[in-house]
Order: sequence, then structure tokens, then C-alpha cells
Amino acid sequence: MVKYIGKRIVYMFITLFLIATASFFLMQTLPGSPIASYNKLNDTQKAIVEKKYGIDKPKPVQYAIYMKNLAKGDLGTSFVFKGKSVNDLLATRLKPSLILGAQAMVFGTIVGILLGMLAALKHNTFWDYGSTFFAILGISIPSFVFASLLQYWIASEWHLLPVGLWNDGWKSSVLPSLALAMGPLALSARFIRTEMIEVLNSDYIMLAKAKGANGFEIAFKHAFRNALIPLITVLGPLAAGLVTGSLVVEQIFAIPGIGEQFVSSIMTNDHATIMGTTLLFSAFLIVVIFIVDILYGVIDPRIRVSGGKG
Amino acid sequence: MKRSKWLILMALTLVLSMFLAACGGSKNEEKPAADGDDKDKDAATEEKKHAKDEDGEPDAEQVLYLSERAAIPSVDSSIVEDQVGFNVLNNINEGLYRLNQDNIAEPAMAAEEAKVSEDGLTYTFKLRDAMWADETPVTANDFVYAWQRAIDPATGSPYGPFMMSGVVKNATAISEEKMEVSELGVKAVDEKTFEVTLERPVPYFLSLMSFGTFYPLKEEFVASKADAFATNSDNLLSNGPFVLTKWDGTGGSWTYVKNEHYWDAENVKLDEIHVNVVKDPATAVKLYQDGKLDRAEMSGDLAQQYRDDEEAVVQPETSVFYFKFNQERDGKETPLANVNIRKAIAKAFEKEDMADVVLANGSLAANFLVPTNFAFDENEKDFRELSGDHLEYNVEEAQDYWKKGLEELGVESLDLEILGGDTEASKKMDEYFKSQLEGNLEGLKISLKEVPFSVRLDLDGNQDYDIQVSGWGPDFQDPISFMDLFVTDGTNNLMSYSNPEYDKLIEDSKGELALKPEERYEAFAKAEKILLDEDAAIAPIYQRGLIFLHKPYFKGLVDHPFGADYSYKWAYISGK
Repeated sequence: MVKYIGKRIVYMFITLFLIATASFFLMQTLPGSPIASYNKLNDTQKAIVEKKYGIDKPKPVQYAIYMKNLAKGDLGTSFVFKGKSVNDLLATRLKPSLILGAQAMVFGTIVGILLGMLAALKHNTFWDYGSTFFAILGISIPSFVFASLLQYWIASEWHLLPVGLWNDGWKSSVLPSLALAMGPLALSARFIRTEMIEVLNSDYIMLAKAKGANGFEIAFKHAFRNALIPLITVLGPLAAGLVTGSLVVEQIFAIPGIGEQFVSSIMTNDHATIMGTTLLFSAFLIVVIFIVDILYGVIDPRIRVSGGKG
Repeated sequence: MKRSKWLILMALTLVLSMFLAACGGSKNEEKPAADGDDKDKDAATEEKKHAKDEDGEPDAEQVLYLSERAAIPSVDSSIVEDQVGFNVLNNINEGLYRLNQDNIAEPAMAAEEAKVSEDGLTYTFKLRDAMWADETPVTANDFVYAWQRAIDPATGSPYGPFMMSGVVKNATAISEEKMEVSELGVKAVDEKTFEVTLERPVPYFLSLMSFGTFYPLKEEFVASKADAFATNSDNLLSNGPFVLTKWDGTGGSWTYVKNEHYWDAENVKLDEIHVNVVKDPATAVKLYQDGKLDRAEMSGDLAQQYRDDEEAVVQPETSVFYFKFNQERDGKETPLANVNIRKAIAKAFEKEDMADVVLANGSLAANFLVPTNFAFDENEKDFRELSGDHLEYNVEEAQDYWKKGLEELGVESLDLEILGGDTEASKKMDEYFKSQLEGNLEGLKISLKEVPFSVRLDLDGNQDYDIQVSGWGPDFQDPISFMDLFVTDGTNNLMSYSNPEYDKLIEDSKGELALKPEERYEAFAKAEKILLDEDAAIAPIYQRGLIFLHKPYFKGLVDHPFGADYSYKWAYISGK
């Protein structure tokens, strides 16, 4: 197990290294200069500024310098936010996105799983159809529609929660989290329902029933656990996406998160910030996938994580 | 003809109403005023607002809630180059002059009007007894330091050399590292006397003094903060009406608090201004309606939806948008090097519909380069009255020019590209141009290229386009801010336009006519006529306007035609 984890961690760094390399060179193909005021500077100034940011050097040298700093955990200086380190920028912007994403994930999965179980246990009844309908809505309607609807009814019309902004404590986070939660909620509900129905019809459940295990025990201990495997596979990457911010939902609720920052950094050619955000996203995704793989083993001991000799 | 126009109009209305119904307006309107940073507003709207301002004593609670469309990239006065940054600077710091409620530059850090030498080359400013927020006095050295810092090429100031070159003595040479920074034409005669020597007489020099780049900086403070200077609100020193607080340097909110050490603090009524970044205008409107914002900008579909709201205020700006016709691409002459082709295109699209139906945000159709309500002569007459209209929409004439142009080129049809922005509003606009131009000029085929702002700057810099939708917002209050753009080899020309006669007129306005205001304005009028009527070097489209929702209890806001957008110094809450 330890060997496996060690190996995985090495792979994770290699992946991150490859991503950093690829995005570094891809970014160089972006048209336009990263220096926002480029057309206002005279040639002397341009030379000085380019030197200051190190973009006067040949690309491979720039790459080497970037990688060296990256190894030290330094993501460089933003071109847009003058004189500010990308590390700080990401840190301040990530917080709201993390909170929203985590809340959405926890709420969405729990409610989704409950709905899915309800549907599976009350297969082909009103409960099943109701929750299925709800799940289909959740999957097919994009989160920004929910965001707008929630904002309109709950905030603008009924004044229960703030319309937007990030200055009202936990209240500010409720509506955006709910809007973001619809995706994982619907997904969990669908997966759990399908898997549980299948599991509930399998032989070993019959056996468990025959042995006199009660309904509750069967549902949770056997059926649910087995239904979790495929769910975790899809939820992992979804979670990485959620906690790293959603452009649209952040815009609708005027939340200073990282999703919005990522897009605007691309629009303004802010190379250091683009790199920083890309790497952050990738790191999240890689770590989540790793955690998911570990979880497989925890949930289902039949899945061998140590590989090879076992 | 008539009928097809109606058809287009109807189609447009239909499309627009579909947009409205479908997405309630979560789109961002084009914000960057192309090449020029669009830091400009206007006084013309004040009618409606002044009417509201007449009544009402200030309330006990003086707290204002506002939004900005972007975060603050920097508040280092040498580095600031964007709208939000200049706006913050204007409210937390102060230069020798400040634009007053009537948008006239009046002494601020200067105690009295500057003394100007006979030849118009030396300006002497006596400073008032003003304090920095750390209770140290503002001295002449603070100005010397700030100006030298801005012109020092090592600072990388976008506006330092841009504003000072050819104006302040030796500025150009210093910015090119050909002279020492200390040789800049500025001097602290004594602690309270600041003297500036100019390269040539500059009639609008005093209006520059309200511009952020020329604000003072306390050397000791800047040096002690080193790289951390101006990176968050703890590392800033204010000498203006407000102090910036709760700004972490990259975040989406900040607060202005009244500066008790400001020399005119007794006239500052607001205690706090809370600002949040709200990028989506639809969200801003919802926050406004919920009472969380006291003012919200509207754009695109929203503007159309709310333009008749009783709290809606139209605010014409001084940014002007136009087609740039590139005459040389990849080292070869383009069809647009032909003056008849340029004239044909310039006259072949209806501008009124463009402004009223497509933009529908209070923008005006433009038959000019220098905007209305911006530059005034000695008798306060608008420059526009002097110069009149140019290149008006006229299909018959356009078609005549078109035929002539095609003959001269020896071709029957032309394929041209329009380069524009990638926002919803710009795309809608480009579609409109395409349909108008292709419909009115037989044999013209337009392809659209819609790219982000940074890419457009790049293409502009490399002259890699045929026709570009571009715009300019002025940096100071003088027609030259616009006219200077199109002199031969002007840094923003970038379309190979060159007319010696035009160049001569602009040169004269800076030289022999500099101290003759009347003849100078006539020279500008003549130059504008050459640029537009004779050469059709560019084709004006519209002068931008904005529509805001503005709470009736929010009074005394002053918006400016150039430099920073707003002064909150005189603003107050009454009857909330």
C-alpha cells in the first residue's frame, strides 16, 4: 500500500510537470503581449519592462526560470495586478470558490444519495418517478439558470437571502452553493438509483434477505456501499471542478472567486496568472483522482490497490 | 430602399427582443474604449441630476454603496492606467488642480492659480498648507519626486512619458534614457513652491494637473514601502478627500473612509463608501433594486429595458468610436488606400439606427472626431458648433464614390474584413455594419473578425486588419487629445494615413498658434474637415453614452469628461 501511494505521488508530480510544460508553451502562442499597457510604452520602457518580467529572454530560458521558481512554489508576479504575486492572488480568490464548492458538493451528494436511495427502494412508485424527474431536471438545466431563478425568487422577490456579493457571512454563500449543488445532486441521485436497483436484484442481496437481514441493513450495508463505486468515479472530477470555481455562478452572484479570475486572466494575457490557475486546477484534479482511487479500496476491499503481487 | 431599411430595422428589433426574452441580459457590454483607456464621462447629463440635487439636507448617516466593473489592478499613481485605478486615485489623492463640480480645473493642492510666464513656458505653483493622512505636510518635493518617478523609464509608467513627452522640458529625452531623471523641467523652489518648465507652450497644461500621473508622492513613504508600495490599502498614503481601506490588493471590494486630514474635509459629507466589483450588469441591477447599491450601470439589453425607468439617468461620455481604414497591410496597399472606397464605406451605413436601436444605451450618432460637450472655446462655445458635421450617412453619394473607387481600382467587387471586439454588444454592432454595407454597396463582401481586446491591440499594432472598429477616450480637455492620433507616424495612427496638410495644422496648433486660442481652434476645425470630409481617413460611428440607475437620495455626484470618472468629494445622501 505504502509503495503504491509513493508511486502514485511520483506519477502525480510527473503529470503536473507535463501539464506545466504544455501550458507554458501553449500560452506563448496566445496573440498579444502580456503587458497591458504595451501600446502606451515607448521602446526604452518596453525594453526595461520586458527585462523586469524576464520576457525578453528566449522562450526555453524563460521556461527554465519558470520551472525553477515553480519548484520553489513561486508562481511569479501578475502582469495585471501590478507588483502582486500570483500566489497571493490565487489565495484570496480561491477562498470563496472553495467554500462554495465544498458546500455544494456536500449538500448535493448527500441529498442526491438520499433521493437516489428513495427512488431505488420505492422502485416504480410515485417516489421513484418524482425523484427521477427531479434528477433529470438537475442534469439538463445548467447551473446558471438555477442561479438566476434562485436569485430572482429567493433574493429579489422574497428577500430571504442576499442577491449577491460576498459580504454577508454564511448568508452570501447559500444561494450560489445551492445553484452549484444541482449538478452533483442530480448526478448522485441518478447513479445511486440505477446501481442500487441492480444491486438489490442481485443474488447476494436475495441471500441476505433469506438469512433474515432487515431492510435497513440491506439497503445501507450492502446495496448502498456497492452503488457508491461508480458514483465516486464521476464525483471526483466533478468536485475538483466545483471547488476551483464556476465562472458563471460567480458572476451572477458577484463573488470574487477564482473561476472568474481564470477567464479574465486569459482575456488579458496575464501569463503568470494563467499558469498559476491552470496548475492549481490540475493539482486539484490530480489529487482528487488519487483520493478516489484510495477510496475504492476502502469502500470495496475486493479492489486491490497494491497492484502486482498483492 | 426605404422598405429594405424598415425590414432591417424590424429584423433587428425582433432579434433584440429575442435576446431580451431569452437571457434577461447577463451579457457584458463592451467596456474597453479600444486604444484609449476610457476614463471619461460628461457633464451634459447633469440637467436631470441637478434637478434632483436642488433639495434636501444631508442625512445623519452618510454611507454610500457603489460597484465597479473591474478590480483595481494598481493605485500607484505612476503605474495606473485603467479606469478603476484613476477613479480611486482621484478620490484618495489630489493633484495641484482638481476638476470642480462644473468640470473646470481649479486649484487644489495649489493654493491659488498658477503664475504663468509671458512666453507660456514656466508655471509656478504656490502650494496650500495641506497634509498627508500621516499628518506631514505636502511639499513641493513630493511633486518633484512623483513627476521624476513617472518619467523614469525604469518605472515603466504607461502615462508618464505619454503625458509628459513634448510637454515638460526634457521629458522625451529622459524617457529614452538619453538624459538623467534629475534634468526634468521641475523644481522645488522652496518647500511650498513648485516650478515647472515646459518644452513649448501648452494651452491645456493646467487641465493636466488634475490627472493622476501628476499627483504628488511622498518620497520617504514610497521608499520605506519599497516593492510593497500601493499593493494594498495599508501601503498607501492619501492626501485627498478619502482614505482607501479594506483593499487587499487583488480582491473584489474596498471601502473609502473620509480623510479627516484633508484640507477641505469640512466640505466632504460622505463618511464611508463601500465598493464591490460586480461584473455582470444584470446582477448590479438586481442589487440596486434590492437596495444594496445606490447606482448601477446598465448596458446592452438592460439599458433598453430600463431606459424609461424613472430612476434611469443617461450619461453621455466623451469616448468616440470610428472605423479605422488600414491603407497598408503586409507591406502592400489595401483597396482602402483609395479615397473613394473609404468615402463610400464611411457614408454607407445609417448611424442613427446604430446608436438608437443597436446600442440603445444613450449613445449618439457621430459625424465628427472631437466629441460634443467636451472642448469649448474662450466664449464657452462647443468646438462642435465651430466645426459642424462631416461624413454624414448618404447612400446615393456612397454609391457614386463606390463606383468611382471600383473603376479606379479596376475591379468589380471587394472582399474586406472588419476587425471588432468579441463582446455581445460589439458582435451585434458588427453584424449591423455587415448588413448595412453589403446592402448598400454592390460587390462588397464583408467578413467579420471578432477577437478579445488584447488580440485586437496586437493586430492593430501590426496593422494586420482592413477595417477596425476602434475608439478613443480623451486624457485631457483639448481637441488635440483626438487630433494628435492621426498625424503621420502617430503612435496610434497604425493605418498608414498621412496628409502633410493635416500634420502641418496639428504642428501649428502646438507651435505658433499655441497662444492664440481662436486661430488654434480654427486650425483644428480645418484639420477635422481634412481628416473626415476630404480624406475619410476614418469614419466616425458614435459617441458613447451610458445609462445608469441612480437612487434619488444619492446627490452631488460629479462625473468628469476625462481622467477619472467621478469625484465623490461633494456627494451626499439626502432623504434615504
